[in-house]
Amino acid sequence: MADSELIFKPAAELAALLAAKQLSSVELTQALIARTRAVDDRVRAFNSFDEADALAQARASDARRAAGQARGALDGLPVGFKDVIAVAGQPLTCSSRMLANFVSPYDATVTRKLKDAGAIPWGRLNMDEFAMGSSTENSAFHQTANPWDLERVPGGSSGGAAAAVAAGEAPLALGSDTGGSVRQPASFCGVVGLKPTYGLVSRYGLVAFASSLDQIGPLARTVEDVAMLLGAIAGHDPLDSTSYPAPVPDYCAELRVRPGPWKLGVPKEYFGAGLDAEVGGAVQAAIEFYRGTGCEIREVSLPVASSYAVAAYYIIATAEASSNLARYDGVRYGHRAAEATGAVDLYFKSRAEGFGPEVKRRIILGTHMLSSGYYDAYYLRAQKVRTLIRNDFLRAFQEVDALLAPVAPTAAFKIGEKASDPLAMYLSDIYTISLNLAGLPGISIPCGFTRGGLPVGLQIIGQPFQEARLLAIARAYEQGHGWRGRHPTL
Amino acid sequence: MPYEPVIGLEVHVQVKTRSKMFTRAAAGYGEPPNTLTDPVVLALPGVLPVMNKAALDRVIKVGLMLGCEIAPVCKWDRKNYFYPDSPKNYQISQYDQPICTGGAVEIELPGPARNLLGEHRRIPLTRIHLEEDVGKLNHAGGESLVDYNRAGTPLMEIVSEPALHSAEEAFAFLTALRLIMIYGGVSDCDMEKGQMRCDANVSVRPVGGQKLGTKVELKNLNSISFVRAGIAHEIKRQTAIVEAGGAMVQETRDYDGQTGTSQSLRSKEMAHDYRYFPDPDLMPVKVDAAWKAGIRAELPELPFDKQRRFFAEYQLPYTITSVLLPDRGLCDFFEEAAKLSGRPQAVGNWIANDLLRELGGARIALAACQVRPAHLAGLVKLVETGVISGNLAKEVFVGMFQSGEAPESIVARQGLRQTTDAGELDQWCAEAIAANPKSVADFKGGKENAINAMKGFVMKQSKGKANPKLVDEILRRKIAG
Amino acid sequence: MANPTDIDIDYVANLARLALTAQEKETFSRQLGDVLRYVEKLGEVDVSQVEPTAHAFPLCNIWADDVPQPGLSVEAALRNAPEQRDNMVVVPIVVE
Ligand SMILES: [Mg+2]
Ligand SMILES: [Zn+2]
Repeated sequence: MADSELIFKPAAELAALLAAKQLSSVELTQALIARTRAVDDRVRAFNSFDEADALAQARASDARRAAGQARGALDGLPVGFKDVIAVAGQPLTCSSRMLANFVSPYDATVTRKLKDAGAIPWGRLNMDEFAMGSSTENSAFHQTANPWDLERVPGGSSGGAAAAVAAGEAPLALGSDTGGSVRQPASFCGVVGLKPTYGLVSRYGLVAFASSLDQIGPLARTVEDVAMLLGAIAGHDPLDSTSYPAPVPDYCAELRVRPGPWKLGVPKEYFGAGLDAEVGGAVQAAIEFYRGTGCEIREVSLPVASSYAVAAYYIIATAEASSNLARYDGVRYGHRAAEATGAVDLYFKSRAEGFGPEVKRRIILGTHMLSSGYYDAYYLRAQKVRTLIRNDFLRAFQEVDALLAPVAPTAAFKIGEKASDPLAMYLSDIYTISLNLAGLPGISIPCGFTRGGLPVGLQIIGQPFQEARLLAIARAYEQGHGWRGRHPTL
Repeated sequence: MPYEPVIGLEVHVQVKTRSKMFTRAAAGYGEPPNTLTDPVVLALPGVLPVMNKAALDRVIKVGLMLGCEIAPVCKWDRKNYFYPDSPKNYQISQYDQPICTGGAVEIELPGPARNLLGEHRRIPLTRIHLEEDVGKLNHAGGESLVDYNRAGTPLMEIVSEPALHSAEEAFAFLTALRLIMIYGGVSDCDMEKGQMRCDANVSVRPVGGQKLGTKVELKNLNSISFVRAGIAHEIKRQTAIVEAGGAMVQETRDYDGQTGTSQSLRSKEMAHDYRYFPDPDLMPVKVDAAWKAGIRAELPELPFDKQRRFFAEYQLPYTITSVLLPDRGLCDFFEEAAKLSGRPQAVGNWIANDLLRELGGARIALAACQVRPAHLAGLVKLVETGVISGNLAKEVFVGMFQSGEAPESIVARQGLRQTTDAGELDQWCAEAIAANPKSVADFKGGKENAINAMKGFVMKQSKGKANPKLVDEILRRKIAG
Repeated sequence: MANPTDIDIDYVANLARLALTAQEKETFSRQLGDVLRYVEKLGEVDVSQVEPTAHAFPLCNIWADDVPQPGLSVEAALRNAPEQRDNMVVVPIVVE
């Protein structure tokens, strides 16, 4: 089979070819390595990539299959890792100078699960430093480009993951989503990205940004592929006290037995000022598609979530981050300043040298939010507003099965366009952030292109732990459209 | 104007568990550096904490022993501060919802003499919470070397009300608290190993005043006697300052037990802003009635309760109870032997004098001792029934200690049984009278003690086997005869 | 709280153990002032009867049994250490 046919094939089809022994994992791996070599000098999705290790894993997978011991659908399939998830023996840099030389001695729980399933860890994908950002411009190493327009950002913080999947460098990838960091880059790059319900996927081995908001999420080119990857990483983990103890359904099987139609809500506040007309139009067209297939569309209201989520988010996320990032002090690992007069000086200098501007900004902000005299006014109040935000959604879910919304106010913006105005950048997360605060699952699927040829994403917001239904709703749209057949030309 | 000191103590006690507070790396002491770590202990990027159930059980146990209110719900907070021994640069602790509140520690103050019971007092507690220990810094030249073996060990913080008024009371508080922890099997409280550490908040105020004076926090009081000495020193220092009309500065001072001096560490104006907030990585703990009942069923008798019972049930003197009390195993040993022999006071004496002397000499713990309570009870019975003399019994005990042999079998094997054979005794007594004419004369002249020389003669002749009571009777009868 | 939109950048940077240049202090103060003015809008929300949400779902008593598991070897534990000696991590002397 020709390499060009392989690189954009959905993972589920690749799995079927592997199972039928019409394709070997080594052939697939070689094709993808060739593709990556051909395009990544322009896309720059990867921070590092151990080709030899990937090939060794592929050979091991082929050997298992030959011996009749294949471990399931993912055996032999490459999965890219955002450089924020631990893989033993591989770099774990978080795209930060602080961890530029850090090699993880342990596996994240999702890594262990994927290794057990036979998947091949596929490079370390670029991101905004410590997952703080919406454009991958905050990587300490390099700028990842949007494969659809190399002048534009791929979104962020999982920009490398979305770009690699869009560019045919990886069929599957794992990102992390604290305020939209899987969904927004998925939308900017025209791929599918899911943020699971908080607690569905273990956070053990995911470098913490904001602990109460972070979730690992799959990115792929089809809904079914996302379902397949989610099934492999979801489930209770005794190493994560915030992991939810519930059985995991077979998401791929569920996709076929949940035909709809559904009751779908449209949050009226999400279609007002600030939403780009082309993006809004594409999302409206998607809503009409659902209506046309017999779904009941209801307008719903999210008064608190729509107005206050960004404010609550930047208090909670930065406060937690200021504490989570205190461990990067140049003592046990990470960047250590060369000249220090004592331990305290070592901290000041190592952290000043190791962190980039956005990380420093958020550490300062979060430290302020928790400091003496401000805790009640900021953190405690934000936690209470968080309750009201969750109530907004739960109220809506009494009437509807899921919500339809934009992912981001605009399509991918130009590199450098928003870099000097943090508040403007923060406000671009307005449609995604409230899900993290409420702990809800959300998926971004391609729903069209702007006239300039940039992908637009549709966000579908689900009820807690109802990923199976969420995926079925997403797939219904996907089946009715041909967007996934379009690929960037590189 | 006379001044009185007001003291509050913050005591950290390591909870005895096999694994650490928030991860399953082994807990331990004295292992080679950095051999008790895992990714969580080292706070590597991406790791998460998981509570240790056993540590919670033990703190609830302490709370129940001390009469604390056990919170129906408690949670975990992060205390944020940077220090090289703290891997995350925050400590997981409990801020506004500690697991235990209230309660008290019963203490005994020094009595009028060493052998007399002192006054008892109850020192109220503010709270007890659970947290995690930090690693250890070893200072070497211009550098510090960090060992994370201790990091993450479960640590209980016990905070007393400012209700202590002398260095002696603080000493008594720690002594009592330590014993309670040991009785509960919660901690060994070995201060040398850092298993129990104490900070003291000391202030002085005019006698009878209500308002607390400016407090000084004393750190590094790393033995119970240093606590006493450090506090006494601080009280003296503060009293001198205020009597001279000076103003106290709120500060932290480090007490050096070697030199008996203290020096300022940092002024409290620069106090840390710890930025406490609920740890998002951990879920709250709910303690229901069933959980508490399960632990309550296993509570040991408290040391002072045991002492009162020993007074009442066995009529033991204070001195004997003070010897038994520090060792719960010794108390159990005593009770078993006392019940078997029916002679608690004799058993108490044997333990306090002979058993402890032999254990000390052999440098072994009670658990390794071959003498069992039944053996000791047997020995007491042998003396009681006149089978052997008290003097011989002492030798028999040493034999029992060395071999683990039962006293009855030692006595039989060595033929130590006292002689009550009238003919034999009569013979020895006659010889004694014949050999000690001067003593006979003295005795007849009214010198009661003079009979002892003749008794000694008989004992020597009989190799200790003559029954002293019978010898006494025969000698008196013969001399009078 | 004097002015909620002012950030005492020196105080906060000291707590965060972060050395900032004069330029960074100036820029961050301005940018974070904007953010603080923005988040002030939370003051509009009546939260007097509202419980705070710390976790997405109300689980409690999540723990493990006290059974030690193998940890890291000393070599693995110190592999990323910038400086080590005698199997310990070296740091400059701690002076407060
Ligand atoms: Mg530290
Ligand atoms: Zn403490």
